[in-house]
Amino acid sequence: MSDSQELQVQQKREVDKKTEGTAPGRVFVPVTDIFETPEALTVVLEMPGVDRDSIEATVENDVVTIEGRIDFTKYEGLQPVYTEYNVGHFARSFEISNKIDQSKISALMKDGVVTIMLPKVEQAKPRKIQVS
Amino acid sequence: MFASFSDPFEALLTLQRALDARIASEWMGRGTAAIGSFPPINMFQKGDDFVAVVELPGVDKNDLEIEAKENTIRIRGKKTIAYGEQASVHRRERISGVFDRTLSVPIRIEPDRIKAEYRDGILALFIPRAEADKPRSIKVS
Repeated sequence: MSDSQELQVQQKREVDKKTEGTAPGRVFVPVTDIFETPEALTVVLEMPGVDRDSIEATVENDVVTIEGRIDFTKYEGLQPVYTEYNVGHFARSFEISNKIDQSKISALMKDGVVTIMLPKVEQAKPRKIQVS
Repeated sequence: MFASFSDPFEALLTLQRALDARIASEWMGRGTAAIGSFPPINMFQKGDDFVAVVELPGVDKNDLEIEAKENTIRIRGKKTIAYGEQASVHRRERISGVFDRTLSVPIRIEPDRIKAEYRDGILALFIPRAEADKPRSIKVS
């Protein structure tokens, strides 16, 4: 019953300075799972506060970059009195070894978790290797 | 209050500084709240009332239960992660499990009138301050 395990807070990590954008403000590294099926590579990122229209995923030179922007105008008029975490946009890049069919990349957003499906191109799909 | 968002270029930085300035602040007083419990909570004042903003990415609305009594609010639920049978893992950072956190606020609130909204992995609790607890202006005669 690994599911009854008690959840722990995962401290937000900041994006390295060298990859930071030009706008002021901190950018955070989303907590991420990556898994592979015979057809696709799937990247699942936790981006609380990011809506489906504020996500961008690009693949260039075998590097997949996913960015999510929060709508911080929702905080207008709110005066913080006690805080436990900070907020900001999210960004993360991964080098991928599989050849990806860029035209078929799709994204799904639910409850602040974005799932990016990166379908493999035909020749990158696995071949079974016979043990003789 | 981070005065205004008149300069949108600086607005996010201003908000981040304002949040940093109140990290684990004394506002909770001698209450029992402490950093480290899941889920993380930010408390804001909005006029006379309060707003708690809680990060709960990946939690289904139906798995979330909120109770309020006197000046305590209890947030509990579970977060499940399910991948297909054929999935082979490259990286696993996300965690699943159950949570149950109680927050006592150092003010008198109206527990019956708390409103909860959950969207994009963020739970917002709108907490009205009790009428008797609101500051009244005193006329000088």
